[in-house]
Amino acid sequence: MTTDAATPAGITGSAPGGTDPATDVRPAAVEIHGAHKWFGPHHVLAGVDLTVRPGQVAVVLGPSGSGKSTLLRSINHLEKLDHGYVSVNGELVGVRRHGERLKELSERAILRQRGGIGFVFQNFNLFPHLTAAENVAAAPVATRRATRSESRARAAELLARVGLGDKADAYPRQLSGGQQQRVAIARALALRPGVILFDEPTSALDPELVGEVLGVIEDLASTGTTLIVVTHEIGFARKVADLVVFLDDGVVVEQGTPAEVIDHPRHPRTREFLAKVL
Amino acid sequence: MGEIGDSRPEPAARTGTSLRDPRPADTGPAPGPASAQRVVPLRHPGRWVATVVVLVVLAQIGHGLVTNPYFQWDRFGYWFLRPVVLEGLLITLKVTALSAVFGLLGGVVLALCRLSRSPVLQLVSWGYVWLFRSVPLIVLLLFLYNFSALYPSLGLGVPFGPTFVQFDETALATEIVIAVVGLSLNEAAYAAEVVRGGILSVDQGQHEAAAALGLPRRYQFRRIVAPQALRSIVPNYVNQLIGLIKSTSLVFYVSLLDLFGQVQSLGSTYPGDIVPLLMVATVWYVILTSIVSVVQYYVERRFARGSVRTMPLTPLQKLRTGVAELRGRIAAGALR
Repeated sequence: MTTDAATPAGITGSAPGGTDPATDVRPAAVEIHGAHKWFGPHHVLAGVDLTVRPGQVAVVLGPSGSGKSTLLRSINHLEKLDHGYVSVNGELVGVRRHGERLKELSERAILRQRGGIGFVFQNFNLFPHLTAAENVAAAPVATRRATRSESRARAAELLARVGLGDKADAYPRQLSGGQQQRVAIARALALRPGVILFDEPTSALDPELVGEVLGVIEDLASTGTTLIVVTHEIGFARKVADLVVFLDDGVVVEQGTPAEVIDHPRHPRTREFLAKVL
Repeated sequence: MGEIGDSRPEPAARTGTSLRDPRPADTGPAPGPASAQRVVPLRHPGRWVATVVVLVVLAQIGHGLVTNPYFQWDRFGYWFLRPVVLEGLLITLKVTALSAVFGLLGGVVLALCRLSRSPVLQLVSWGYVWLFRSVPLIVLLLFLYNFSALYPSLGLGVPFGPTFVQFDETALATEIVIAVVGLSLNEAAYAAEVVRGGILSVDQGQHEAAAALGLPRRYQFRRIVAPQALRSIVPNYVNQLIGLIKSTSLVFYVSLLDLFGQVQSLGSTYPGDIVPLLMVATVWYVILTSIVSVVQYYVERRFARGSVRTMPLTPLQKLRTGVAELRGRIAAGALR
């Protein structure tokens, strides 16, 4: 997951989601295989299999408590799976194969892998004591992937890209929720990840600020970066997603294109959920 | 005093406005001249009364201090900068500085042990804090003073095995070493809790964000967690430090003549000067804590970056803007 894999495959590849899975020889951008996770007696993930192809935008829907966030957090190993594995661009995340078994990697190796996987939190989690530009520039400097001046220039460029070129020196508390989340997206982009994960990126925002954040995510989708978005914004899913996944009780109930899953759900649980949120 | 001043005038003011407002309800907000719509701020007569009372009491205390001949201010002036007093002050400063540094270092190590995932380290750290918070400082100091009777020599080696180095305790344990060791051991226990509390006060989301960005572990601690933890560590540790400055007066009991020790022994030589001598010590302790408080103010401001939308002015800045404003008003008045 170093520089070569970090170049988003989709940027040079064909139109997002337009690749034919049958002829696509590249490894899956994200592959989750037989994922199980228990929190005490609670079986949060009960055998999830999911494949997201390079350049695809996958939207994960599901009622609260269905395991969406846990699934997303297991992709960059913020949450350890009890069983099963995750691979990103063909590389196992957080574990290595040891004969028949999977052994957890060292913390240092896991941290290095996370550089290739961007993560955007529901509550932004910006570093409050650093300015917007410092937040964005921190990771490339800390992981020695760029010099201080390179990463500062890149931070300015990324902030401009999310429409906050004039807020480089503002501290997070001086920004609105929508602006903070856009800084958080710029921060996630700083390491040029091949995959970006969004954990309910608009759930903590006032309704009038949701649009600006979704707009930035939509722009990202059009550049061909692989995105996995957990959200309740059905309209966004219908417009941007290549793949919609409906999760309930820790299993994938249904997946397919927005037309299939959102407009013509086959499973009664999907229909019941959509009836409540639409 | 403030509560009385704030709460008392309210009912009076409310009845006042209702009496003064004879406008019938059906007229609505009449668009009168601009001056009639100026909002008059609520007056607080109680606050003024309280202020006057406090000022009178303060003046009385000041008057007593100045005019009471038993304070012997001339003797105070004689002793305040005497070399013998300054020597004691130097000892106080030395003991405080060394114990503050060693105590904080020990506290950081203990806090990290307590937060580590090793149950043994956790338990040892907990046990240390429990023990040294339980033993009164003076008992600890006297224990150390008599330490050589307990262990005449100290050695470094394998437990139950050979000893590599050996020290003669009586040569090692001078009064100042005993004082610094005692205060540091005690200080470390309290500092550990202050540091641990500070680290725990950092939001879990910050750890997650740092981990999700793949920041190396050292960087996570130094650049993300520590600066945020320091916001709550600094005021608490300064509080601790001020306590420490005053606790150093206990080293008198291990025959170390610090500021208090010198004053105490001078007092027995010059019994007539006991009161002015105690005033000398008091004023020096007040000066030391004041310096620490001023430093604290600016250190806290430094670590408050990003925690408030706009920084409040420092007292100096406030004074400057206040003076500028007053000048502006005077100038405007002169023009009129």
